[in-house]
Amino acid sequence: MSIVTVQLGQCGNQIGHEVFSALCSDIRGTHGLCSKKENESYQDSCKERFFCEEESGVPVARAVLVDMEPKVISQTLSMAASSGHWKYSSHSHFCQKQGSGNNWANGYCVHGPRHKEAIMDLVQREAEKCDRLGGFFTIMSMAGGTGSGLGAFVTRCLRDDFPTSFILNHVIWPYGTGEVIVQNYNSVLTLSHLYHSSDALLVHENDVIHKICAQLMNIKQISFRDVNGVIAHQLGSVFQPTHTAGGGSGYSRNPLGDLLEPLVPHPELRLLGLRNIPQMAQSSLAYSSFSWPGLIKHLRQILIANAQMEEGIDWQVRPPQPGSSMPSTNKPLHFNTSIANLVILRGKDVHSVDLGTFQDPSLYTSWLNPQDAFNAWRTPRAFNKYEKSAALVSNSQFLLKPLDSIVGKAWNMFASKAYLHQYTKFGIQEEDFLDCFTTLEQVISSYTNL
Amino acid sequence: MTQSVVVQVGQCGNQVGCRFWDLALREHAAVNKKGIYDEALSSFFRNIDARSGDNGPDIYKGKICSLKARALLIDMEEGVVNEILQGPLRDVFDSKQLITDVSGSGNNWAVGHKIYGCQYRENIVEKLRKATEHCDCLQCFFIIHSMGGGTGSGLGTFVLNLLEEEFPEVYRFVTSVYPSGEDDVITSPYNSVLAMKELNEHADCVLPIENESLFEIVNKIHQMINSGKLGSTVKQNSLVTSSAGSAKTLQEKPFDAMNNIVANLLLNLTSSARFEGSLNMDLNEISMNLVPFPRLHYLVSSLTPLYTLADVNVPSRRLDQMFSDAFSRDHQLIQADPKHSLYLACALLVRGNVQVSDLRRNIERLKPSLHFVSWNQEGWKTGLCSVPPVGHSHSLLALANNTCVKPTFIELKDRFMKLYKKKAHLHHYLQIDGMEQSCFSEAISSLSDLIEEYSELDATKGGPRIDASRLKIAV
Repeated sequence: MSIVTVQLGQCGNQIGHEVFSALCSDIRGTHGLCSKKENESYQDSCKERFFCEEESGVPVARAVLVDMEPKVISQTLSMAASSGHWKYSSHSHFCQKQGSGNNWANGYCVHGPRHKEAIMDLVQREAEKCDRLGGFFTIMSMAGGTGSGLGAFVTRCLRDDFPTSFILNHVIWPYGTGEVIVQNYNSVLTLSHLYHSSDALLVHENDVIHKICAQLMNIKQISFRDVNGVIAHQLGSVFQPTHTAGGGSGYSRNPLGDLLEPLVPHPELRLLGLRNIPQMAQSSLAYSSFSWPGLIKHLRQILIANAQMEEGIDWQVRPPQPGSSMPSTNKPLHFNTSIANLVILRGKDVHSVDLGTFQDPSLYTSWLNPQDAFNAWRTPRAFNKYEKSAALVSNSQFLLKPLDSIVGKAWNMFASKAYLHQYTKFGIQEEDFLDCFTTLEQVISSYTNL
Repeated sequence: MTQSVVVQVGQCGNQVGCRFWDLALREHAAVNKKGIYDEALSSFFRNIDARSGDNGPDIYKGKICSLKARALLIDMEEGVVNEILQGPLRDVFDSKQLITDVSGSGNNWAVGHKIYGCQYRENIVEKLRKATEHCDCLQCFFIIHSMGGGTGSGLGTFVLNLLEEEFPEVYRFVTSVYPSGEDDVITSPYNSVLAMKELNEHADCVLPIENESLFEIVNKIHQMINSGKLGSTVKQNSLVTSSAGSAKTLQEKPFDAMNNIVANLLLNLTSSARFEGSLNMDLNEISMNLVPFPRLHYLVSSLTPLYTLADVNVPSRRLDQMFSDAFSRDHQLIQADPKHSLYLACALLVRGNVQVSDLRRNIERLKPSLHFVSWNQEGWKTGLCSVPPVGHSHSLLALANNTCVKPTFIELKDRFMKLYKKKAHLHHYLQIDGMEQSCFSEAISSLSDLIEEYSELDATKGGPRIDASRLKIAV
């Protein structure tokens, strides 16, 4: 099954390019560490999911590029083409001349309706190129105007036009210390609207990735390219083909469905976090070796202690004792309760790895069976030169504090009525803001009371 | 890509404007090696084949034939504009883009606004329409003028009004040179306050400039060059005051150095819209992020570095110095004290080889010493443009919406009141058709209201941070 990617705004397009690059470089890599047959199966599966063959033989990404100003798209197209290994279709992009000015209302109320036909037309064409459409993957930031506002509008259109398809939104949360002054307003508007149309929101926070670049990758002068590279690696570790537990010997044919159905059992709880281990500079890889028990142990502690990466994990945090039925308010502080988790293992000896510790019922809320709450995918094919790697996609309280912080800051600004005239000018009124705040307070409450 | 049109009004406006066009050509020449008329160039220039106008065969090949500035030059005296047309930039301007008269406005806002405004209205609208028709997607008008005189101040604000009426969707950014206390034009307080009312009501963003600050920057550079303290030589074309490498290589006039600073301000402001970068900052984003309430749109600007030394490798210590300098009074274009006042919002537009980690590190470092309003504690708008200015490896433009402009406005009000109480020179204004006493009282009232809005925000400074209580959800 194929996935159509929609890249929205500067961030969406910059990251999208890194993702396709990473996927392509991974399948071209010879360091598969598995049998030739396995490797070929992997490559074919990846190509079917993300690329389309053209007569020239160069794989064409199954993507639609959207931006309200031309500079980023033209850069993205030329960077892809110059790689020589893959490219974007020359007819899959839509741009305008004047951006959205970091104004969500401009993106949603003005650009959205104005350009709906042209954009959805491109999406339809990409969808038709797929033998079997597995769903949509949109990439956007929520701080700006296009990715956020137009992105929310396009998501709604996707839901309307493809009511039975899976839609996964990849959302980038901006640096807490500010990239855009109205980022909290834009974030609140985006998240609440996406909640109504999307199946799930897979979140990356710039602050977290930045720390990974600084502390694990040892990059001195971190650029957005570096940040996007880490994000692409983490996404690749989720989306590259794997065998699901139940499936036969072939690679999973329904990646988005397999991801979303077990992880999002409840419509109020759609926020997914992503963790990946190990993560290090490519140059150090050759000197490092890992054991599966070590990796699994760290990954589990990252989950329950709400750690952002494999350094600085708080090993004191423990799950609550089983046997005593504790109301949620008595749960030990700092413990990250999960609704559902997915662990993906890639590389040497994956089939021997014991994931029993992830099935511990004390990790989860009580209303799902631990067997249903936890899933694992495996493939012996190593990813991106890491001999062994494990990824965790988690529907848990990972994002509770960051969400609460964003809503709190936005609310403070809203109380002073600052910047509201910029939004009302384009059609978003105070009542619309209040609705969005209400939606998100509900989400916060749901996650708090797990 | 969008286009912008520059409207330069009056003597000051045109002199600054002239330096802007000169330095813009220099900047694009440095970046655009292949002579192709690209999107970046089109933001400020049209490409014309002199023989066959807009439709010559070379235009479509994209080669640069003849560049024409997207500008309107307006002055009620001929001297300045004539000089421009006889100088090295004569080919950059179309004779159809000029509006001049002979007698000037006599340093009288009313003459500029009411008399010439009325007289030239149609002519101005027609020329503006022509200029906008040549634009694919017009985003912004830049008005350059001074506040203290008659033409720039009066006719300039008339044009501002006109722009809002005729082109309401296009942003209006105004670069205004404010008079100093010792201004030799006695009526400059009247002219400035009358103009302020128009800026309050019709501008999207105003960048106030004070000659004193420009003068101090020029002096600082002179001292630095002449002191011989620094071991290395300074790159001439890197001076923020210099015209080196531009068309104007002959005698520099006294105001050229100061005007170059303002020209550089405008170039840096528009750099991220014209050139690519990892985090673009367009003009509409500047207006969106820096203007929390419609009338509070006065932005304090500071530029760094003022010069570059000839050594190539810049250790990050120097990079951090650039950020610190942006918050020092030596680099500001108005005399104000933002560090001791309240920030409503702040934008950092970085050019050159600077990455997001450098930005974050410096914001973290500088934040504790700055006071931000309670509802915007992390009020930073950032932009990264890959193309540095001529002569530099990197540069920074900081734009702050800060209550420190209040003292400047209070002073202006005081100077106005000193004259107004005695009705000094008032008859020169009131005898103009369309001028009444109420124009004055409304103008001062508008200024007072603005000052009051800033005061209210100032009052919140330093108080305990009270977070608004959140919505309660029934569980």
